[in-house]
Amino acid sequence: MTTPAKVRLGDRVFAGLSTGSGVLILLVLAGVALFLVVESLPVLTADPSELPGERTFWSYLGPLVFGTLVAALLALLFAVPLSIGIALFISHYAPRRLARSLGYVIDLLAAIPSVIYGLWGALVLAPYLVPTYRWLAENAGWIPLFAGPASSTGRTILTAGLVLSVMILPIMSAINREVFLQTPKLHEEASLALGATRWEMIRMTVLPYGRSGIVSGAMLGLGRALGETIAVLLVLSASGAVTVNLISQSNPSTIPANIAAQFPEATGITVNLLIASGLVLFVITFAVNFAARAILARRSEFDGAAG
Amino acid sequence: MPGPITTAALVGLVAVVLTYVVTRIRSGRRRATDRTVTVIVALAFLLALLPLTSLLWTVLSRGTGRLDLDFFALTMRNIVGEGGGARHAILGTLIVTGLASLISVPVGLLTSIYLVEYGRGRLARAVTFLVDVMTGIPSIVAGLFAYAFFVIFFGPGIRFGLGGAVALSVLMTPVVVRASEEMLKLVPAELREASYALGVPKWRTILKVVLPVAAAGIATGTTLAIARVIGETAPLLLIAGYASSLNLDPLEGRMATLPVYAFYSFTQPGVPPQAGIDRAWTAALVLILIVLLLNLAARLISRMFAPKGMR
Repeated sequence: MTTPAKVRLGDRVFAGLSTGSGVLILLVLAGVALFLVVESLPVLTADPSELPGERTFWSYLGPLVFGTLVAALLALLFAVPLSIGIALFISHYAPRRLARSLGYVIDLLAAIPSVIYGLWGALVLAPYLVPTYRWLAENAGWIPLFAGPASSTGRTILTAGLVLSVMILPIMSAINREVFLQTPKLHEEASLALGATRWEMIRMTVLPYGRSGIVSGAMLGLGRALGETIAVLLVLSASGAVTVNLISQSNPSTIPANIAAQFPEATGITVNLLIASGLVLFVITFAVNFAARAILARRSEFDGAAG
Repeated sequence: MPGPITTAALVGLVAVVLTYVVTRIRSGRRRATDRTVTVIVALAFLLALLPLTSLLWTVLSRGTGRLDLDFFALTMRNIVGEGGGARHAILGTLIVTGLASLISVPVGLLTSIYLVEYGRGRLARAVTFLVDVMTGIPSIVAGLFAYAFFVIFFGPGIRFGLGGAVALSVLMTPVVVRASEEMLKLVPAELREASYALGVPKWRTILKVVLPVAAAGIATGTTLAIARVIGETAPLLLIAGYASSLNLDPLEGRMATLPVYAFYSFTQPGVPPQAGIDRAWTAALVLILIVLLLNLAARLISRMFAPKGMR
């Protein structure tokens, strides 16, 4: 008992350091919002005549928000069913021994840098899709989505959506896999014992149990798709048009792709304009991620209560 | 003329329909639905493998063309068309990512120690939750944040390597926190209690008992976090910029990095353009090799240094 003061000092320093790091993370998150707001203020207070193109901020932002949402929703449209299929395959269909390695293979998709997805999308996938788009424009042109004329490069918003869907597949299938595996074994066995086939068992126990997990996984994927920059920038040939035509030459741009395209050469108020659009993107993705994580957190609390 | 993907799609569709019709006739509706779903689920998995194989194959076949010594020995200084290399970009990536790790690993590790060993109550819950939310921050927003932060001190148009490292660490820290937190939670409470019972203070218990047990897992998680940010392009495009010659000073001037190099080699390939596009594919190949090596290293670390009886 000769050195109680020393002991307490070490503990206090260490506890202070680690608590400080935790607080630092909160500060950084607040700082991201704060500094973006500070740099955006000149745009919000500026007269439209001072802004590039003499447009108000909101009319500048509108087409970009539209493009961002279209690309991200297209990505979800392809990725949701596919990720449920992949997750079911790994959790309930594949042989137990293979399942782990198959999971790694899907995770490999997440390890590939987005600039490489961009190169692949622009130089391999887009040219490959040109005949398909031409066919769609000729045979399904009466649907406004495929009105055409088909793009000759294939670098359309639909191609961007397809590339995005591949990029968000890993996180969505990982979360779906996780919640499917959490289904209580007793429910599954009870269902099988009552004579259900494997699909009926999945439909009646696994899917209802995993529903909130599927929703939050889809929202996490949505957050990724909304914020993806370089892949979209490389794949999409954007003209800033607001159109529902998915396969033509003129495509809306997205907020992040627009920032990355303009920022390197931007000066003056244009920089603030781009930062302001980034702030809007931050708010949207923050809200989406917040909601997704809140659903997941409530789900795990509920599980804890149920034992 | 149908391409390979169209053919594959048709074959898949035929397989699904055939499965349904045949089992429907032989064993009834319920079994037919069951079989059909099995086929669909397996096809969904195979479908996901298509882009992966196509992408890896393309990068491998088109990237090896320029995978020569020059690519690692030369920069793009005074190069317009053929030749040139990515020495400046590779070194830049190592510097920026290394600095980002120097910031993220201590902060992330200490935060995870706080969450597991000290954190109670509302602050800890807020940190846990917001770390999760932070993993979803778009990378471009991290770049904008670094710019908006440094522009206050250095004025408009600021571009430098350290800024890129700060942007990357915003993306990397939450990943480190999550990974180390999981590992610290796995350390059995009995080890801590045994240490306390011997009169060892809490901070020494953490340093001498908890961390060594979790070290392999933490190293694995950190390596994976590095692998995740080393391929980031968007934030570096904004704040680190691009230079065609070598710059080893992260505090001064634009610094090229490998992903940004790949990006500009494709968008501004020079004359003749094919040389630039070839360089872009080779940069992509080198990048994928780095990422895969890091992933492999992570797996090796966790296998070789795992404490006995933990796995």
